Amino acid sequence: MARVLVGVKRVIDYAVKIRVKPDKSGVVTDGVKHAMNPFDEIAIEEAVRMKEKKLASEIIAVSCGPPQAQETIRTALAMGADRGIHVEVAGAEYDTLQPIHVSKILAKLAQDEKADIVIVGKQAIDDDANQTAQMTAAVLDWPAGTFCSKVEHGSGELTITREVDGGLEVIKVKTPAVLSADLRLNEPRYATLPNIMKAKKKPIKKVSPKDLGVDTAPRIDIISVEDPPVRQAGSILPDVDALVAKLKEGGHI
Amino acid sequence: MAQRTKVIELYKTLLHLGKDYPKGYTYFRTNLKKIFTKNKDENDPQKIEKMLEHGQYVIKELEALYMLRKYRTLKKRYYS
Repeated sequence: MARVLVGVKRVIDYAVKIRVKPDKSGVVTDGVKHAMNPFDEIAIEEAVRMKEKKLASEIIAVSCGPPQAQETIRTALAMGADRGIHVEVAGAEYDTLQPIHVSKILAKLAQDEKADIVIVGKQAIDDDANQTAQMTAAVLDWPAGTFCSKVEHGSGELTITREVDGGLEVIKVKTPAVLSADLRLNEPRYATLPNIMKAKKKPIKKVSPKDLGVDTAPRIDIISVEDPPVRQAGSILPDVDALVAKLKEGGHI
Repeated sequence: MAQRTKVIELYKTLLHLGKDYPKGYTYFRTNLKKIFTKNKDENDPQKIEKMLEHGQYVIKELEALYMLRKYRTLKKRYYS
């Protein structure tokens, strides 16, 4: 039976209106509701379903981030993960933490914990990088099944239906493998109150990137973060002539 | 489990679910409390059982509401 490692990220809740800091250094995160990245919820759900089908023996939830990332790990535990690993990266170090660092951390943990399958969400809704799964697979030199919309288990291999532009692609990969969950893979369950209580008793191990031998030196500089352009208001024209005139004025005809 | 415990548990579960309610937690909590207080004098075990069942139905509806809301937001953001 497989041991499954799932990466979860703490992000600003999907329903919150994002505000950019006036000095353009980033977005406002203080006092803002955070939650687990929705794609990671799908990843956890997939792992839990594997366990329910007796295809997985243990689910380990990993999160890299500030101390509050533990709440996200707790949510994962409440959804059905067995134990958590919190890789503590805080403050300025976390601001420049990139998928390359996270993938090295995940790869190291996957080896240490002898995981057979690594599942992550296809991308986080805050930085939208969509790189972690691909890079983790590269670091481990394992096959990657990205944008999964269906995963079927064979002996020592997985049949994966992937969401690609304008259709679906079916591939077969040998385990161990790295998977990334797409939106339609499953419908994640809601963590119930009793399960949240039970999750408080599940163990969370705390490690630092240094313990894992991963260098988290920044590779990028954030130059500026800006709001997307505001959509300009339209106007209602009285008749066709006015429309034609307006279009000519704009150089469209 | 005693019926009283079941009712309290239902109330707690609903309160927990209400934290994500689109119209706000305060709105949800006030209404939830109103409904529970309205039926507080109910003594017929069968009727209470029916209400508990309805409570479970509401829980399922709320979960479905949240899931759909999240799914639709993500779909709108990334797939259109």
